[in-house]
Parts: sequence; C-alpha cells; structure tokens
Amino acid sequence: MTRRTRVVVLAPALVGLGALFAWAIAGLPAFGDYRGPYGYVLNRIVVPLRHTTNVVMGTNFDVRGVDTMGEEFILYAAVVGVTLLLREETKGRRVERRTQRLRSDTVRLGGVLMVAAGFLVGIWLMAFGYITPGGGFQGGVVAAGAILCIFLVGSHRDYRPFRNEHAFDPLEAVGTGGYVVVGLTALVSGSAFLTNLFGYGTTGTLRSSGSIAVLNWAAAIAVTFAVLLLFAEFLETYDRPLAPEDT
Amino acid sequence: MTWIPPLLVAIPLLAAAVIAGLDHITPAPIQHAIVLAASTATTVLAFLLLWSAESHEVVHWFGGWKPRHGLALGVDFAVGPLAAGMCCVIALVVTLALVYSLTYLHQAARLADALLLVALGAMCGFAMSGDLFNLFVWLELMGVSAYALTGFLVERLGPVQGAINFAITASVGSYLFAIGVALLYARTGTLNLAQIGQTLSHGRSGGLAIVAMTLLFCGFLVKGAVVPFHLWAADAYAVAPAPVCAVLGGVMTDIGLIGVARLYWTTFVAIDPGHAVGSVLLWLGCVTALLGGVMAFLQRHLKRMLAFSVVSHIGVMLAGIGLLGTSGLAGAELMFLAHALLTAGLFFVAGVLHADHGTIDELRLRGCGRGSWVPAAAWLAGTIGLVGLPYVGIYLGHALIDERAPGWAVAVLWLGSALSGAALLRAGARIFLGWGDPDDPLLGKPFDENPHQHGVVRPLLVAVAVATVAAGVVISVVPGLGQRAEYAATRFESRRGYAERILYGRPLPSPSPLLIATRHTSLSSLLFGAGSAVFAAGLAAAGLRKRKEIPAPVRVLHALHSGVVGDYVTWVIVGTTVTGAAWALLLR
Amino acid sequence: MSYLPYAVAAWICLVGIAGIATSKNLIHLAVCLSVTQSASYVLLLAVGYVKHGKAPIFVGLKLGSKAVDPVVQALTLTDVVVSLAVIGLILALALDAHRLAGTVDPDRLHEAQG
Repeated sequence: MTRRTRVVVLAPALVGLGALFAWAIAGLPAFGDYRGPYGYVLNRIVVPLRHTTNVVMGTNFDVRGVDTMGEEFILYAAVVGVTLLLREETKGRRVERRTQRLRSDTVRLGGVLMVAAGFLVGIWLMAFGYITPGGGFQGGVVAAGAILCIFLVGSHRDYRPFRNEHAFDPLEAVGTGGYVVVGLTALVSGSAFLTNLFGYGTTGTLRSSGSIAVLNWAAAIAVTFAVLLLFAEFLETYDRPLAPEDT
Repeated sequence: MTWIPPLLVAIPLLAAAVIAGLDHITPAPIQHAIVLAASTATTVLAFLLLWSAESHEVVHWFGGWKPRHGLALGVDFAVGPLAAGMCCVIALVVTLALVYSLTYLHQAARLADALLLVALGAMCGFAMSGDLFNLFVWLELMGVSAYALTGFLVERLGPVQGAINFAITASVGSYLFAIGVALLYARTGTLNLAQIGQTLSHGRSGGLAIVAMTLLFCGFLVKGAVVPFHLWAADAYAVAPAPVCAVLGGVMTDIGLIGVARLYWTTFVAIDPGHAVGSVLLWLGCVTALLGGVMAFLQRHLKRMLAFSVVSHIGVMLAGIGLLGTSGLAGAELMFLAHALLTAGLFFVAGVLHADHGTIDELRLRGCGRGSWVPAAAWLAGTIGLVGLPYVGIYLGHALIDERAPGWAVAVLWLGSALSGAALLRAGARIFLGWGDPDDPLLGKPFDENPHQHGVVRPLLVAVAVATVAAGVVISVVPGLGQRAEYAATRFESRRGYAERILYGRPLPSPSPLLIATRHTSLSSLLFGAGSAVFAAGLAAAGLRKRKEIPAPVRVLHALHSGVVGDYVTWVIVGTTVTGAAWALLLR
Repeated sequence: MSYLPYAVAAWICLVGIAGIATSKNLIHLAVCLSVTQSASYVLLLAVGYVKHGKAPIFVGLKLGSKAVDPVVQALTLTDVVVSLAVIGLILALALDAHRLAGTVDPDRLHEAQG
C-alpha cells in the first residue's frame, strides 16, 4: 500500500480502537478507587513475613519472583541477540583510533562529578533496594549509565576497560544464572522453586529479607553488566576515523 | 511430581546462561554437550510430567506462596495433560533442531544455541503458566529470542528485514496484550487465571471485560499468525536458518493458539454463556486456512511456502478451538502434535536442499533433487501427512474437528489443507522428479538467496529430517492417543473444576480407564481426507504447468503481502478493531 | 477528571501506533514503539492508585496505613525491561539495515515481498 492508502485504512481502525478503549475505560473504577484485594493483602503481609520494607521489591523478588527471572532472561536474550546481530558490523573496524579530548575543563570536571555521583547513587539503590525505594534493576541501570559518562567526558582509552566483553560475559552469566541457582537450591531442599529460605533478619536493616537480598544483588549484577555489554556492542559500531587535527 | 514444572523452565534457561557466559572460555564440544544434555533432560522430564499429569493436576506455586482462603497470591504453573503434552512436543522439536544445528550452523553457533534454549524454556513456561502476567513474560521472552534468531544470517538484507517486520509486528501485538492485562487486572483485582475466572463468573460481562478479552486474544493471535495478523510469518520464516524455522513454524506459532484456548477456558468462558466468542474464532480460522492455502500455492520460495502452509494449518486449529467443544479442542491438540513434527521435518528437508544446491527457489531447484531418494521420500511423506490422507499425520486431528464443525466449515478447512498440500506436492514433483515448466510468472519474481551453508554433515541432517517426519506421520494411528487427547481437552475445559483444584486444592475425580485403540472416525471424514489428497494431487499437477498471465486477485494478494512493516501494523490494528467490534456486538 | 489518566493512556497508545505505522525511519519507529508501550505503564500505575495512598515503602510509614498497589509497580518494572530489550534489538537491526541497504526507511527495504 502506498503511504496514503495506509493512512486511509489505518485512521478509521484507530478511531474504532479508540472507541473500544473508551468503552473499556467507562467500566473502570474511578482513578484512586482501587478495589482489588491483591495489593491490599500484599501491603499487609509482606513486611511481617519477609522483613522487607520495600513491598514492591518484595513482590518482585519473592511473591512474583519467577516473573523477574523471566525478565532477567529477556534482558539476557536481548544482549545475546544484539551481539549476534551486530557481529558483521564490527568486521574490519577494529583499528586503534586517535582519541578526541574534550577541550573544556569545566565540562570534564562536571562530567567526572556526574560519574562519581551517579555511580554512588547506583550502588546505593542496589544495596538498599529492599529497604528504601530502589532495587537491583534501577541501581544497575543508573550505575551503568554513570559509567557510560566516562566515555562521554573521557577518551576511548579511558573507557576501554568497560568494553571488555570477555570479562563481562561471564559476570553477566553469573548474575542471571545465579538467580536460577538460588531458585533451584530451594527446589532441591524440598520446597517450591524460589522459596525464600534464607534467614529473614531484622526489618529495616541491610541484613534482612532473606533471599530477596541475594536475588536483588544477582539482578543488579546481571543488569549492570548487561547494559554495559549493550553499550559496548553499539560503541564498537561507532568507531570512526577522526580528522588529523583532533589528536 | 510438582518439582518437575519449574525444572522444564529452569534447566534450559540455566544452560543458556552458562553457555553464553562461557562463550570464550570453554571449547565447542563441551558447549554442544551442555546444550544437548539440557534439552534432552527437558524432553525426558516433560514426558515424565505428562505421565504424572494424567491422574492429577500438577500445580506448582512459586516461592511457596499457596493460596490463602481461596485468594491466590503467588504465581503458579498449572499442568494438565494438554499442557504437559505441549511441553513434550516443544522439547522434542527443539532438541531435534539443536541436533540439526550442530552441523548446520557454524558461525556464532553458540549464541544461536543459547537463544534456542531460552526459547525452549519460555515456550514451556508459557504452556504451563496459570498467571496472566507470567504468560506475558514468557510471551516476550519467546519473542525476543525469536527476533534475534530470525535475523541470524546478517550478511544479507532479507534476514534483517524479516527480523524487523517480525519484531515490530509481534511487539505491537504484545503491547496491546499488556494493556489488556492492565484492564483485566482493574476489573478483577487479581492476576491468577483461576481467580479471574471466579471473579468474572460473579458479575456482568461489561465493556471492560470484552475489550480486555479482545486485546488479550489479539495479542496471542498476532503471535499465532492468524489472518490478518499473519503477514510477518512468511517474511520471518523465509530468511531464518532451517533449524530456527523448524522451531518457529513448528511450535512457537502454534503455541499462541494454545494461549487463546487457555485464557478462554479458565477465564472468559464465564462471560460467554451463549458460546458466542467461538464463532468469531471459527470464522477467523476458516479465512486463515483458505488464505494460507492460496498463498502457499503462489510461492516459489520453499520456506515461504512452508510458512503459508503453517498459516493454513493454524487456521484449522483455530477453527477447532473456536468450536468450543471437547472434540474441537482435542482435534486442535492432535493437529498440533502432528503438524509440529511434520512442519519441522519439512523445514529440515528444505535445509538439506539448500545445503546441497545453494538455493531454496522451487523453480531454480527444478530437477536438482533427482537421485536424492531419502529427502524425496521424507518430503513426500511429510506432505501427505499435512494433506490429511486418512490415518496419516494430521488426519485424526482434522477428523475430530470435523465432528463438531458445521458443514461449510468442514469443507473450507479441508480445502485449505488441500491447497497448501498441493503447493508442497507441486514443489516436490518439480524438485525431485524434474516435472513441470522451468518458469512460471504466477509464482512471483526470483529473489535474493541466503548464503550457502558449507561444511555440513549431510547424513546427520537427513537423519534428523527423516526421524522428525516419521514421528509426525504416525500420530494418527498411535493407539489411545485420540482418547487421551479428548480426556485432556475435557480436563482443560472445565473452568469450575480448574478453579477448585488450583485455589482450594480439591483433588481430581478419578478418570475412567482410557482405551488403547486407534480412534474411530466418521465416514465423511474419511471421504474428505481421501478426497482432499486426490484434489491436492490434481491441483499440484495443474500447477506444474505455466500460467500465461497472472489473474488480478493474485496480484492483489501479492501486493498485500508487501514486506513493509507499516502495512503489517495497520492490518493488526484493523484486525483488532474488527474482532473487538464483533465480540462487542455478540456479547453485549 | 477521575478518568483522565486512563484517557491519557489510551491516547498515548493510539498516537504511538499511528507513529509506528507511518514512520519513515527505523530509529523513529523504535521510539514510537517505546511510546506505545508506555501507554501500558500509565494504565497499570493509574489502575493501582489509591487516593491519599503513600508509596508502599514502610520505612517511617506505619504498617497498615494507606498505600498504593505494589503489584502494578512490580509489573511496570518488568515491562520497562522488556521495552529495553526490544528497543535494543530493533536498533541493532536498524544498524544492519543501514549497512546493507543504505537506508533506514522501512518502506524502502525491498527484499521480502509476495
């Protein structure tokens, strides 16, 4: 279909879909009028049962832990997929590039502060994920993003340790596979898969929540290295010869 | 045996993590060994689970979060014999594909194996899951691994474009599904399928539930390549390597339909007292069967032809599900078994042809297959199995569907299988016997081929193809399989019984002992099956002769399958809106 | 006013799909896909909102006080990761398409047809 025909076919279909949405929305309870039992029950029982104050993370890593396992593998499959799809891109480009240095000291200072602050925030989000707002995923993404800032403010050579796929692949596998192993240990010991069998500790401290803490760190490691690997794959396609004056 | 369901997911996923993580460290033979061990173990466990699920529903509550006072808190895997049977076939086909790819894929093979294992785990999880959002997670995991695998041969534009079309179209379907999940959650306050069914059975249906049902079903139908959501399928199967096609076309597409059945029978049957939902599915199925058959006949690219054959059989299976009865569902189940194995086998044979001659074009391959008797026999056996000659291949499944279907539907469904079978027979005659004209404008223009696979161990490829086809061909005559399929369907369809077993742990009533005999089918099915085989042979013979001009409807059909993703997304939205409007009118 | 968040979610979905179907650039298409998915985030979070409810983090918040639904937040988190995965794959495919066909316009990738 030409673009024109496509719009002519699509527009009434979208209007129809919008009408269906409107009909559905009319049946929804008003905003703020949450009725369902699921959320209320979890808000009441997760803290006393698992000694974790962040009920969202308690849900993510304990009550609905198997969803999170699937989600980690989605990220893992995406990293493997991107590696697979970009393997031709990088042929013939593996040449040492001249680095381009930032000229402004202010920008470089600001960037360094961002990297430091971002990384610390990321680690804090990961570590306290099951106590205060945060979690392994969020912390992992923030930390990886902070590391990418090194590339932006520094040079290729500064960033090269963080493109080390040979080291990061096993580390990411440790995070992702570690999640499954924790689940299997519960299964092997006679309980259901991913049962929280470690000691629950004291609510509100770092030593609490049992396997939620372990899975939180597994997810954090997996996500950090997965995102860094994604960056590395895409950056490899980005290498470009620079003009001689940018030495 | 409640420890088995999580293992069917955990073992392949863990193995995938291990081999992709150790990609640079361990040598190839160890990686191959891990891959095969994991997938064989999964297959064995799946069969064990099937044996156990016959006598009771195997329910595994993750994290030990069992329901309290009938309120489900955690995520569960609820496995009856139908779901367990699906897992067996999935694991078997993936194992065969992994053995095939041992020698067929060379570059980046380990990453491809990792993705196939991930797909295996995701498909088993999808078949077993009893939780709405958990279904979404496994759906996405299957999707992500499939998109990457489709684009595996990145040296040519075709695979890249096929992967792009697949990824975007299927993702739009999935995101509509996610919106449906949110709507259904708002309506029922829970994500557990059994619980949702209980909640829906107490209130009125209302627009919210109907729209949620539309979005959820259409998300699955996109994955299941039903018309008009099917346009991505031919593009994707044409360009993926043969073992990947076997997995995608053999099992991954079919499993979308099982998702529809599962959702319907655990939840939406409660808002459908007059069984009106099925009529739309029946219509969609019939249209899909016909369109798939016609399009298959218009192809020269063997894998595109097989893709459209998959689409036409999907149509028959959807019609069976849409009949909303035991024999319809049992028929769909049996067709899934036979179709998965036969299609995978035919894709394997196509892979052999490509490895031998470097082309997958029916016209360019004309006569090249002369002398390759074993692949020819496998192709012929597979084709006859897919046509539905009495008691071969898909026949029993199709016959069970016929028992409930209205007369016009029976005719249309047999016509669809006959058309796609005719296409495959014509291709077989042209390739292996050298009959037919060397050119035919009806079949479209020549296309750019995938790169030639070198260094394959041909006997292994042929052996895998033959074994797969042989397994598929005998499905109709396996004694007792028909009765077991019907029993599995009966268990699957009882919403109230399912809810009681899942939420309250009530035990299953002990079943009456099942016969071990080949199931008897009606005379009309026998006639239809034989007639359709004769019709397919005749049509194939007619198709060998060159057409002088292309009739206009054919040109329109080719134009609709344009290869442009914007068109595909447009048709997805059109399809969703039309089916939503139909259900709104039928159920209000 | 009490249905506005739901209407916003529906609007985002429709606009995103319109963008996907008429896109001339695969990168733009990937962003439109992300926009379409954010409709499901908005809808999930809106569905779980409790009036005058606080975040379900019970540090300094007494157990039993009104808090919003934690389940939809967990679901949204999973959804976001799914989006990340799919966008990553589509961007990689866009790079491949550019290398092989010289264009990232989906309408001009001409291999698959019929």
